[in-house]
Amino acid sequence: MITEEIIAPRVPAPAPTYLNAGHTLRSWLCTLDHKRIGLLYLFTITFFFVIAAVAAALMRWELLTPQPDLVTPDFYNRMFTLHGVLMVWFFLIPSIPTVLGNFILPLMLGARDVAFPRLNLASWYIFVAGGLMALYAIVAGGVDTGWTFYTPYSSTYSNGYVMMMAAGVFVAGFSSIFTGLNFIVTIHQLRAPGLTWFRLPLFVWSLYATSLILVLATPVLAITLLLIGLERLCGVGVFDPKLGGDPLLFQHLFWFYSHPAVYIMILPGMGVVSETIACFSRKRVFGYHVVAIASLAIAALGFLVWGHHMFVSSQSVYAGVVFSLLSFLVSVPSAIKVFNWTATLHRGSISFDTPLLYALGFIGLFTIGGLTGVFLATLPVDVRMHDTYFVIAHFHYVMVGGMVMGYLGGIHYWWPKISGRLYHEWTARVSALIVFIGFNLTFFPQFILGYLGMPRRVHMYAPEFQTLNVLSSAGASILGIGYILPLVYLTWSFFHGPKVSSNPWDATGLEWQTDSPPPEHNFAQIPVVTAEPYNYPPLA
Amino acid sequence: MSRAPSLPSHFSTVEQRSVANHLGLWTFLATEILFFGGLFVCYTVYRIAYPAAFVAGSHHLNFWIGTINTGVLLTSSLFMALADRAVKRDRRTALRWCLLATWLLGAVFLGLKFYEYGEKYHEHLIPGPNFQLNGPWKPQIELFIFLYFTMTGLHAVHMIGGLTALAWLLWQNHRGRLSPEHPAPVEMVGLYWHFVDCVWVFLYPLLYLIIR
Amino acid sequence: MSAVLGFSLFPSSPMNASSFTPRVEALLLALLVASGLLIGVLLVLNLYFLIRYRRGSSAPRPPLRIATWKFEAGWICGTTIGFLGFFFWGARIYLDMERPPANAYDVDVIGRQWMWDIRHADGRREFDTLHVPADQPVRLRMISEDVIHSFAVPAFSLKQDVVPGKQVMAWFEATRPGTYHLYCDQFCGTAHAEMAGEVVVMKPEDYAAWQASGSVNNEEAGHGAKLFVRYGCSGCHTPGSPVRAPSLVGLYGRLVPVENGQFVRADEQYLRDSIVLPQQHVVAGYAPIMPDFRGVISETDLLDLIDYLKSLGAKQPPPANMPTAPAAAPPMVPPPPAPSSAP
Repeated sequence: MITEEIIAPRVPAPAPTYLNAGHTLRSWLCTLDHKRIGLLYLFTITFFFVIAAVAAALMRWELLTPQPDLVTPDFYNRMFTLHGVLMVWFFLIPSIPTVLGNFILPLMLGARDVAFPRLNLASWYIFVAGGLMALYAIVAGGVDTGWTFYTPYSSTYSNGYVMMMAAGVFVAGFSSIFTGLNFIVTIHQLRAPGLTWFRLPLFVWSLYATSLILVLATPVLAITLLLIGLERLCGVGVFDPKLGGDPLLFQHLFWFYSHPAVYIMILPGMGVVSETIACFSRKRVFGYHVVAIASLAIAALGFLVWGHHMFVSSQSVYAGVVFSLLSFLVSVPSAIKVFNWTATLHRGSISFDTPLLYALGFIGLFTIGGLTGVFLATLPVDVRMHDTYFVIAHFHYVMVGGMVMGYLGGIHYWWPKISGRLYHEWTARVSALIVFIGFNLTFFPQFILGYLGMPRRVHMYAPEFQTLNVLSSAGASILGIGYILPLVYLTWSFFHGPKVSSNPWDATGLEWQTDSPPPEHNFAQIPVVTAEPYNYPPLA
Repeated sequence: MSRAPSLPSHFSTVEQRSVANHLGLWTFLATEILFFGGLFVCYTVYRIAYPAAFVAGSHHLNFWIGTINTGVLLTSSLFMALADRAVKRDRRTALRWCLLATWLLGAVFLGLKFYEYGEKYHEHLIPGPNFQLNGPWKPQIELFIFLYFTMTGLHAVHMIGGLTALAWLLWQNHRGRLSPEHPAPVEMVGLYWHFVDCVWVFLYPLLYLIIR
Repeated sequence: MSAVLGFSLFPSSPMNASSFTPRVEALLLALLVASGLLIGVLLVLNLYFLIRYRRGSSAPRPPLRIATWKFEAGWICGTTIGFLGFFFWGARIYLDMERPPANAYDVDVIGRQWMWDIRHADGRREFDTLHVPADQPVRLRMISEDVIHSFAVPAFSLKQDVVPGKQVMAWFEATRPGTYHLYCDQFCGTAHAEMAGEVVVMKPEDYAAWQASGSVNNEEAGHGAKLFVRYGCSGCHTPGSPVRAPSLVGLYGRLVPVENGQFVRADEQYLRDSIVLPQQHVVAGYAPIMPDFRGVISETDLLDLIDYLKSLGAKQPPPANMPTAPAAAPPMVPPPPAPSSAP
């Protein structure tokens, strides 16, 4: 018997970059390179983001006046459903993991690729397939159930293309599951020699926690959507009380996935913030171990709080009390992270580059969003605010003010690594400021609207709400400009921006030890790690 | 002479790839547990709500086919375990026969299952327009039968996937690519097959054995 | 515009209108203050660090030589204790929201696409408007005819999802006369945004006048009797019927012996369940052959039928010469077959 111990071949340096290793369409569509797959995802999710943003623009335009004078009620209802479905499943959930995670994770670990590259490519194709099905549902006539698909409206009453939309999300869910699986195995098995768990950058910890949720929660969504589809097809009463079913069962199953899903959406953003705060204050993150464990705590506790979406749903009051308690507890690790980031700035050497501006925006807006989440965890306050614009403002603060800013910050931070070039710094800073201002103007008035009682998912409202709605719509226009600008200047910089060295930020981390852009196989020789993470030199 | 495929460049040792494959498959099985778990939750909720309907519904199932199928599937798992043993001892003939036996028993299981489904069709017990039943608890019995079809149907889909994987294994063995140095494909498919068997071990009493 | 800025904590605010609102508003104010303080501290600290430690500044930056775990433990404990305080405060109010006082005045509400169908205990019916007296607890018994709706009155801090298939309860005590918005807060279809109405709170004397002036829908009592025939109830539940079924005369409020030797009180829930899920409690000594009417009878009709059954006291037997073969009788079902022989 011949025992084969194969050592990784020494790749001759300098190798061409991943960008010019093949120029045909086929070399992109059949690539196994995690970096190219990351870019494929970047194009795809940007496409869905634009469609969903246009739907939001139409909604805010309609809401300029109390009367329904722009679109029909059915059209409006389909717009908010489209906005929710595309933004949640086809933009936010994939965003950082599939774009930045795919690109940066192996580099950060000192690996040549993810554990299962073919599975990675398959994930992208599955994602596209799901997206096409969702698009078909939209174009064929749309769905008006809201992204939450509550029964029996979605299973028995709605006349839209519910099954097709649910099928699209079902298929895209497998893309999530396979990505999460790939990341878990990669992080366990493909770390460079010497890279122990507590030497990992915090971005890796957050991706690990995210992947655990992706893998364990998404299957429950899949089965829930399958049940809705079958109920529509067979006419049985799984969730229809007229046939003996229980509509609340749907809500429990749906939120069992969808609450952990919001942590899928926020954890990677927190990881980006940790990286950028460390780099741009040139200091190790305060309480590194606690922040790492906090990511896992958020993931674990996040599975136990789904009932806080159902306090007024007619679930048992004692269940409500338990879920409220757990929801308060899950807020603690997030609060810890915010304190740790602030403490990191102390005695740092801070430079206000664009990624840091996005990180600071994240911290501020996520804190507001998170605290309003604590408001909603408080039972009687939720009775008052549930299904009003207060909830809409809350989740947009955490998802848009938090996650999207984290995403943009990460894109800017790793842009030199991805493209080998720099964007125009002042344009980027102004753009970040426009996003921040536009965002607050759009969503802060909605807290007040919710407090005053304006319900969600309405195309018309009582006249006394108009002033706040006009403010919100004005903010949305500004926010839109803030999002269009990066599309323009980042694309421009990809082709015409000044080229950079391997480490333009002078940051720690293995991804900065290789060229910008990286060669196809990442490293000429796999690095060996001996230092702690964020080992910036002392500053005094 | 057995030939193991060359190691992809992102793995540095065979050992590393083997551990990665195992971890990947166990993670995948965890997702499957959650997937079936949603259906088990659904079943539990409605069984507690309508115990009489579930008893009545269970009596409409073909106990004998369910029991024989359980035996068939457990035996197929036995052969799968023997196949794993054979590949590690480099016994290609034994490996071929064990894989074939597993595949055949799996096919027998599916054949009996589809026969059962056909029976339900003739008894007018397919949930939906075909469903006809007199007596109390009709909608709830229809719900039970629906859960029966969904749970066993999903299980059958996984069986078909397993049969495909086994066929692929037989072909790999034919090409001489399985060896004690490269037992991973047999191990992986084996793990998956045993898992699918485990799911059935839960489905069988929950569906067929309610108060007998 | 004062509504935009006014906190309902202040008695003069137009939104301080129920017994719960001040309690909820106080909690909300406390949350706001605590959050404001926290955000303030974080903002000040962040700004201070950002300015003092900007790159190139001359601030000293010796390496940190403190035990970071003390900070961590400190703010973990502080946050947890603070949060738990709010949890307990909120849970107490919430549990009170679930416990209506005994002297509550009952109102039945049916939500349906896209209107609120409200009926008072005296039979008076309203649509999209609810008149109530001030300083009187009102208990709403609500159910949906179709999809999930949500009965929401922000001024009362009141909200309860109204689901099909199960009656739910919410209660409030309005404290100030006036007219308040009523919304449907759970998306329920095309005209969800239009499913709004108002709650009119009146001084007790004005309410009494309103009650007296309006017409109680006397047709309701007769309507229930007609439904009793239309749905085929009289086919079995009258003396002289060929099918043996329990008598319903004087049923309401009585103790009923059921099949497993126990007794059940025939309250409104029992009457409702006996119609939509009769197999639940079969009366002792009778075969379980009553068909269930779930999905067959609408919630509105169900309420009328229950009202009629409640009126069937010993002094008021059902009309003896009601036809026993109604136009659309549900099929008579034979007793269920004996369980198939076990192997």
